[in-house]
Amino acid sequence: MKNKLIAFILSIGVFSANAQGAANNESMASLMRSNGKIYVVVAVVLTILFGLFAYLIRLDRKISKLEKES
Amino acid sequence: MRLTWWKITAIVLLAYAVIGGILLPVPELTQLGETIRNLYYHVCMWFAMMILFTISIAQSIKYLRTGSIEHDIKASSYAGVGTYLGLLGYATGAIWASFTWADPNNPAFASFGSIMREPKLIGAAIALLIYGAYFILRSSITDMDQRARVSAVYNIFAYAMLFPSIWIIPRLLPSLHPGQEGNPALNFNDIDARMRMVFYPAVIGWTLLGAWIATLKIRHKILLEQKWFAHEK
Repeated sequence: MKNKLIAFILSIGVFSANAQGAANNESMASLMRSNGKIYVVVAVVLTILFGLFAYLIRLDRKISKLEKES
Repeated sequence: MRLTWWKITAIVLLAYAVIGGILLPVPELTQLGETIRNLYYHVCMWFAMMILFTISIAQSIKYLRTGSIEHDIKASSYAGVGTYLGLLGYATGAIWASFTWADPNNPAFASFGSIMREPKLIGAAIALLIYGAYFILRSSITDMDQRARVSAVYNIFAYAMLFPSIWIIPRLLPSLHPGQEGNPALNFNDIDARMRMVFYPAVIGWTLLGAWIATLKIRHKILLEQKWFAHEK
């Protein structure tokens, strides 16, 4: 359980590092800065949405495990 | 983990609702501006709430017919998630209204109080309070079977009260809220074709998300019930 959590936190670190790397990339940077930077909003909302999905999936897994035990 | 097809559908449709909802073109209307995109989020909350309440009353009727406690658990879980989505719909509506209805040049709608006199808002508040009473009623009865039976009957009353409070009475009174003369979001001739492309998938996505949360609640409650029975023996 703890290992999974550490792996999850590490993967967030890797992901955000990738995002920074991508921001330095020319095409990505210009996309994120076009149209009044609306794509930044899309990225933020999608991050929250998928964060919530990840939470739901984890909860679902935990309940499934309890169902198997009982 | 039961990652069934409909949960994946929920994830895909909601991702589309966010990306398409923010980026795809919408009709340009004065007053609303870009806030018309709230149709994909605010209106979907109410649609999903209505669908979840319908599932809830169906489970309540099933409980009254069979007496199986599992249906009572399902009814209360769907009603709970439905009420929560309704509260979210109310909160998002408050934000939306404060930037589109409150016109600084129109003193009649300058104050918060005059906006809160909207029949649609009062009706929605009544509907949510009636569902709030459902949970108070549930928690006040300790006997399991009695709680299930009384709350199933009350749930039918609460669902019946939805129709006058959010569908009929707000349409009889003058209101700023759209939907005075029907269901503009449901009417094929009324809603813009470009918006329909995002709106219908968004409704399905939010409803599936609500159902997902409700099934987690149901499975958790059934587990608790089993644990309780095992402890009794």
